[in-house]
Amino acid sequence: MSKNKEVLVKVRNLKKYFEVDKNVYLKAVDDISFDIYRGETLGLVGESGCGKSTTGRTIINIYKADGGSVEFDGIDIYKLKGKQKKEFTKRAQMIFQDPYASLNPRMLVSNIIAEGIDVHNLLKGEERKKRIQELLELVGLNKEHANRFPHEFSGGQRQRIGIARALAVNPEFIVCDEPISALDVSIQAQVVNLLEDLQKKMGLTYLFIAHDLSMVRYISDRIAVMYLGSMMELADSDELYENTLHPYTKALLSAIPIPDPKVQRERQRIVLKGDVPSPINPPKGCKFADRCSMATEKCKMERPNFEEVKPGHYVACHYWREVEKQK
Amino acid sequence: MKKILEVKNLEVSFDTYAGEVQAVRDVSFDLYEGQTLAIVGESGSGKSVTAKSIMRLNPEPPVRYKGGQILLNGENILEKKEKEMQKIRGSHIGMIFQDPMTSLNPTMTVGKQIMEGLKKHQKVKGKEAKEIALKMLRMVQIPNPEKRFNEYPHQFSGGMRQRAMIAIALVCNPQILIADEPTTALDVTIQAQILDLMKDLQNKIKTSIILITHDLGVVADAAQRIVVMYGGKIVEHGTTDQIFYESRHPYTWGLLKSVPRLDIKKENSRLDSIEGTPPDLFSPPKGCPFADRCEYAMEICKKRMPPQFEVGKNHYSACWLNHEQAPKVENPIKRA
Repeated sequence: MSKNKEVLVKVRNLKKYFEVDKNVYLKAVDDISFDIYRGETLGLVGESGCGKSTTGRTIINIYKADGGSVEFDGIDIYKLKGKQKKEFTKRAQMIFQDPYASLNPRMLVSNIIAEGIDVHNLLKGEERKKRIQELLELVGLNKEHANRFPHEFSGGQRQRIGIARALAVNPEFIVCDEPISALDVSIQAQVVNLLEDLQKKMGLTYLFIAHDLSMVRYISDRIAVMYLGSMMELADSDELYENTLHPYTKALLSAIPIPDPKVQRERQRIVLKGDVPSPINPPKGCKFADRCSMATEKCKMERPNFEEVKPGHYVACHYWREVEKQK
Repeated sequence: MKKILEVKNLEVSFDTYAGEVQAVRDVSFDLYEGQTLAIVGESGSGKSVTAKSIMRLNPEPPVRYKGGQILLNGENILEKKEKEMQKIRGSHIGMIFQDPMTSLNPTMTVGKQIMEGLKKHQKVKGKEAKEIALKMLRMVQIPNPEKRFNEYPHQFSGGMRQRAMIAIALVCNPQILIADEPTTALDVTIQAQILDLMKDLQNKIKTSIILITHDLGVVADAAQRIVVMYGGKIVEHGTTDQIFYESRHPYTWGLLKSVPRLDIKKENSRLDSIEGTPPDLFSPPKGCPFADRCEYAMEICKKRMPPQFEVGKNHYSACWLNHEQAPKVENPIKRA
């Protein structure tokens, strides 16, 4: 846990728009600000299309932002050029969702894992080979696996290869973009345990992007909730679940079925009406206003600020005090 | 309760160049009127193959039905010819799939796709068919049905497409609805809508549902009975409460322990994962398919497949631990 609270990634007013037609923009990430502390796991959750993956990609400079800034350990990453930019890719890495699409089927596992090492010219020959074996063992594979191709592995094993690749350059920060959603339940737990062990061993910082809120609550120190490109709520994991202040978070949490029939039968589900509106022309006021049971005229006209309303608890809702009273 | 469907000792294999894959081995269960039966398992456990066998939707070849029976109203589906199956599909059994985009026809309006079954099975045409289709769209709570009737699937959102699929599957009032991972591709808030809709429709039209899923939360919410599959076999079978609270199979324990719960604070630092990977079904183990990954495995587990021990009223577990000579092992899951 981040007791000392040293900020590793500082995101301010980040914007990422995609031009879908001439002068028509899809606002995938629409002015969000948050911090990631060194050594913590920040969970980033939301429904498909809310911009969580785009956020992950933009803050490690895979996408160029259309506004705002990202500071990594005090350095503005969008101002980096040439050598420095390459240096940054050593410090921040990514693990992808689909372990089938993210490994080149024509490359040997050893070369996949060592790609970062080769790009940065870190190790050669015997040392490189030793490092690959080390990495394979670190993620729970055998060193004999180095000379095989990705198709010879199961989904869970492939994800371990992807993790080994990310670790090869000794990063400080890893964006995990839905790393377990393509895996079976019993394998998910294995990969999550591995990620936690590695974090403890190497002091890693994770941005853990997912839509499975049960797993996110389990793995994260703090959780951020996104909706339609905006940040809705951010708080410590337990605080977010026990003292929810945003109606959207509330609905999201109540929609998740709990694997315990007696508990599940007695739960009150808040079923949201309709679908997520299009991010091309998002509502002018609060983006959730259309589907929110508490929405008033004010919500439709005026977008609420994302503010710290209690120590460490941020929320973007005009009526968070009312939500709190509902408990 | 009336028995609608009986699956008896079903054996299904895939003939591939590499050899025979024994996807489903000796699977038996019954489905009762108005009941939701969930088949739970990981990928490769045989749950989808079992469900598709009921509709005879597995391609033959490579699929071969090696043995067993599937009895619908006393008639064996496995002996039906393709022509006869076409009369059963859609009218007696409806099915919805995981990905509504790939299972809807992109070149046909949604309205036409709903009327297709009516025209084929019930010889209803024209205005009358349209009336029924509109009624179905209203029943699955699609707003603005008159307009939506003439739209194409790409104009629908994911949740709306799944509603349209349900309308298509239910238009002929089938006795059985097979739902193969119906909410896996959907967001949780939409999943909640679809699960509520399915429950609501079941109350209204008394369809029996076979729900195939890997999500234990969905099962806890929707099912009355649960079949747990592993390595092509049924390892445990009982009511939802029996499986969740009185399980007598280590695989079920492992599954239940490996999912974190939203309503419970993180206590221990690690999730209880099941080590290892599922068995290779080219040459399935002679004994229990779970023996290699089971922490309680005994000598006999690797040698002989355990029979279905009756461990409670209509509760069966295929695990040697339930044998009278086996050491006593308590269910490790503690519930508050």
